[in-house]
Amino acid sequence: MNIELLTLSEIENVTGEQGNFTVTVKKNPRYVDEDKCIACGLCAEKCPKKVPDEYNEGLNKRKAAYIKYDQTVPLKYAIDPNNCIFINKGKCGVCAKICPTGAINYDMKPELVDINVGAVVLSPGFKPFSPKGIDYYGYDEIPDVITSLEYERYLSASGPTIGHIARPSDGVEPKKIAWIQCVGSRNTNCAKNGYCSSVCCMYAIKQAVMTGSHLSSDDNEQVIFYMDIRSVGKDYERYYESSKEKGVSYVKARPHTLLAGPDGVGVTMTYTSEDGTQTNNAFFDMVVLSIGLEAPSDAMTLADKFGFDLTQYNFAKTDSFAPVSTTRDGVFATGAFHSPKAIPKSVIYASSAAAEVEAVLSASKNTLTQEKVWPEEMDISNAEPKVGVFVCSCGTNIAGVIDVKDVSEYAATLPGVDYVENNLFTCSTDTQDLIADKIREKGLNRVVIAACTPRTHEPLFQETLQGVGLNKYMIEMANIRNQNSWVHPNEPEKATAKAKDQVRMAVAKVTGNYPLDDVEVNVTPRALVVGGGLAGMNAALGLANNGYETVILEKKDSLGGVAVDLYETWKGELVKPGLDAVIQDVENHDLIRTFTNATLTSVTGSVGSFFGEIARGEEVETLEFGACVLATGGHGYTPNEYLYGQDSRVVTAIEFDKLLSRDQAKATAGDSTVFIQCVGSRDDQRPYCSRVCCAGSVVNAVLLKKKNPDMDVYVLNRDIRTYGEREDVFKEARDLGVIFISYTPETKPGVVTDGEDLLVRVHDPISGMFLEIATDRVILATAIVPNDTSSFVDMFKCGVNADGFLSEAHPKLRPVDSTVDGLFLAGLCHYPKPINEAIAQGKAAASRASVVLSKKTMKLDAIKSHVTHTCDGCALCLDVCPYNALTLVEFEDAGKTHKRIKTDKALCKGCGICAATCPKEGIVVDGFTQSQLRAQVDAILERV
Amino acid sequence: MTNKPVGSVLLAGGGISGIQAALDMADSGYYVYLVEKSSGIGGAMSQLDKTFPTNDCAM
Repeated sequence: MNIELLTLSEIENVTGEQGNFTVTVKKNPRYVDEDKCIACGLCAEKCPKKVPDEYNEGLNKRKAAYIKYDQTVPLKYAIDPNNCIFINKGKCGVCAKICPTGAINYDMKPELVDINVGAVVLSPGFKPFSPKGIDYYGYDEIPDVITSLEYERYLSASGPTIGHIARPSDGVEPKKIAWIQCVGSRNTNCAKNGYCSSVCCMYAIKQAVMTGSHLSSDDNEQVIFYMDIRSVGKDYERYYESSKEKGVSYVKARPHTLLAGPDGVGVTMTYTSEDGTQTNNAFFDMVVLSIGLEAPSDAMTLADKFGFDLTQYNFAKTDSFAPVSTTRDGVFATGAFHSPKAIPKSVIYASSAAAEVEAVLSASKNTLTQEKVWPEEMDISNAEPKVGVFVCSCGTNIAGVIDVKDVSEYAATLPGVDYVENNLFTCSTDTQDLIADKIREKGLNRVVIAACTPRTHEPLFQETLQGVGLNKYMIEMANIRNQNSWVHPNEPEKATAKAKDQVRMAVAKVTGNYPLDDVEVNVTPRALVVGGGLAGMNAALGLANNGYETVILEKKDSLGGVAVDLYETWKGELVKPGLDAVIQDVENHDLIRTFTNATLTSVTGSVGSFFGEIARGEEVETLEFGACVLATGGHGYTPNEYLYGQDSRVVTAIEFDKLLSRDQAKATAGDSTVFIQCVGSRDDQRPYCSRVCCAGSVVNAVLLKKKNPDMDVYVLNRDIRTYGEREDVFKEARDLGVIFISYTPETKPGVVTDGEDLLVRVHDPISGMFLEIATDRVILATAIVPNDTSSFVDMFKCGVNADGFLSEAHPKLRPVDSTVDGLFLAGLCHYPKPINEAIAQGKAAASRASVVLSKKTMKLDAIKSHVTHTCDGCALCLDVCPYNALTLVEFEDAGKTHKRIKTDKALCKGCGICAATCPKEGIVVDGFTQSQLRAQVDAILERV
Repeated sequence: MTNKPVGSVLLAGGGISGIQAALDMADSGYYVYLVEKSSGIGGAMSQLDKTFPTNDCAM
């Protein structure tokens, strides 16, 4: 309601300044009236003009009348003016004739609209690198060489081959597939892209892993040709390691000659391995080019129009301490626009940009938005059940398998059913109007939607009910798509019978539904941030700048966290001045209170209304807060290897950073320095990559070489993981003569002393020889370990992974939300990350928490447990409740003391374990009572 | 700034990043104009089959 979608639109011009911009937007015509289009698809079906389908990377054809993909939002067809025969030649017009709602309008013209806004966020995405014209990859010539994005479409069930992998040259299922990494990335010869695209290693591993499940025979092989595998994200390293167990193999080589195989089928490839052996003409059925991500094609136009700077690769230029702010005030960049990034980081940066916008506009919060007002609810307590059943065809998704007419006719015979209708798309806007009309007209008081999954669609239908004053819990969905037509495409008759069963069950259950009220809690507009490092302080600033009082708890006696010890960022910004500025902002902010030497000792309540006990020495006070950000940080692992602690010349990377700040002359003196990577990371104990160490060591290696060019600097590594534009620093290091030697877990280097000499022994895979390096200093890039979070896990019941990092609600789409509502994560407690990413996540947490705090009251789902009179206080349910939502209370009745369970509705998630445990229906979950479930079971058994 | 800022924001690009930013801001009390070049939102993520490291469906 507060988001206006302008599709087929582009920015023409911008004037004004932060707080008050006027943006001129050109709205290109859709040639289809969005209000009239019901997405029936007839226009596309009858359109005679076929054109390559961009959504499927041109691997199949779409029509000139089209939708981008089946789930497109808005689900409205469009006519492509470059290809429509009528628009170009004045002939045809078949879509206008066939359209049942008269939605086609060829006379639509582009419109210019001026939009007045206080801030702008740019998320134009990326441009996939095109391997066209690069002869050694043979993409133009060899049919079986394809891009990774094309392969993604082959894997997809909505792709051109419906998820079947077929060798493009002859359509035969492939056995042996190779991936070539870094196509258009880390390449300044043919691509001018010196940076690493950050995402390709992981998507190639994913594609290789998924391939096995798409092929009919077990006799298949996936090989990834790589330079360094950069599995630097949370749980990525495990995914990489498990891919090896699943049969994916890895070859460290950059193939240089690809030729078509015999008779033009398949590909032969020549490559040189790390040890110098050349493999000639290895045969693969298909070769997938892992193409990189480039700046979007309109990057320069946007930068010109808005007046901000770009990097040398045309990404939006930002500072590590303000990671989403462009160089123009009030204009923010997010997504892949300031460097290639995967989905979780895009989402984090998006929320971060939202926080920055909110900081700029907070004085005008709620001035232009509207809150939805619902009509008063009708009283149906004495009404006989009158059920309306709406059977969805879902285009052909359901109707292509199930006889929906038959199901509809059957539904009409069921007890209590008063009205049945079959819709092409029950979820479409016009069908919502129809459902509302029928509820009013027929006096329906219960609704069954036989369509898809309630997970995605129930809220929509609930809103339709609310819109006409029917309690939103008077609905049931029968999932005849995901659980039926999609899984039984070859058995239409049985599928139709099953759909009838599903509808009968839903009708039986909905008949027993009764109105429920959402639980409402008052929101305390105050935030608690635990941890006063860069992530926590930025979260606090984001919240306070959006107008919310914020309390920071810091267990130490001062703010700053681990950043206090760091010297410079990979972009060359000194950390201390940046950190000091943040601390000053926090200390000077009217809405932020900082408690040092403070810990959180207990928490009760839930989202919107938490109560925490805060201990400061002997003092304990209670704080009420609506949302909480955990930014409890991490620390460097203390090594017990490589003579650390025995020889003072062996130091950790953080200790070396401290020395750089304190005594740079001493830090940069000497003839030789050896960096050893992955100390305590990527091993059995900590099977994750610490993400920050490669760039950290490479930056310091460059600094040493610049200050002391005669020094020999070595970086002993397993892979160099300088993702993104950090790759430039890696290249600079090589250009300056830093020597990189790779090792494996089996060939770990050794550090020994010989008299006064400190020696590092390592096997050099290129020469095949053992080297002995006499050195002045060994710097250990130690793992980043999370600070102990067990007390928070206990207090909040939030999730934590095997490595001790706090878990997010969803690794892709909710990377800042914890598994507990109202609790958010930022910084090293979530996963190791460099300064810019910790700050971005801090700000993102602020934005996510603001969503909670901006509400006066919070509505929680009404599907909750409630205690009935049959509860005798046996308390069996108490132990099984995972959310601590149940307590045992005593009460007096007729002079006797009784015990009974009490539900805290704010904590209860309605999981139903209590109800399943209770032997006497003393506790039930509303919406899933025993009688409702029994009715469903009886209904399914009716046919048996 | 002497005048109050305008309480709305323009977002250019309707991929996963634009959608998330739009939702956050709209849910926090700011009116959002989401400008998208193509005929529908979803961006590159809508073209992906599964996502790492959980193999969840991207759609």
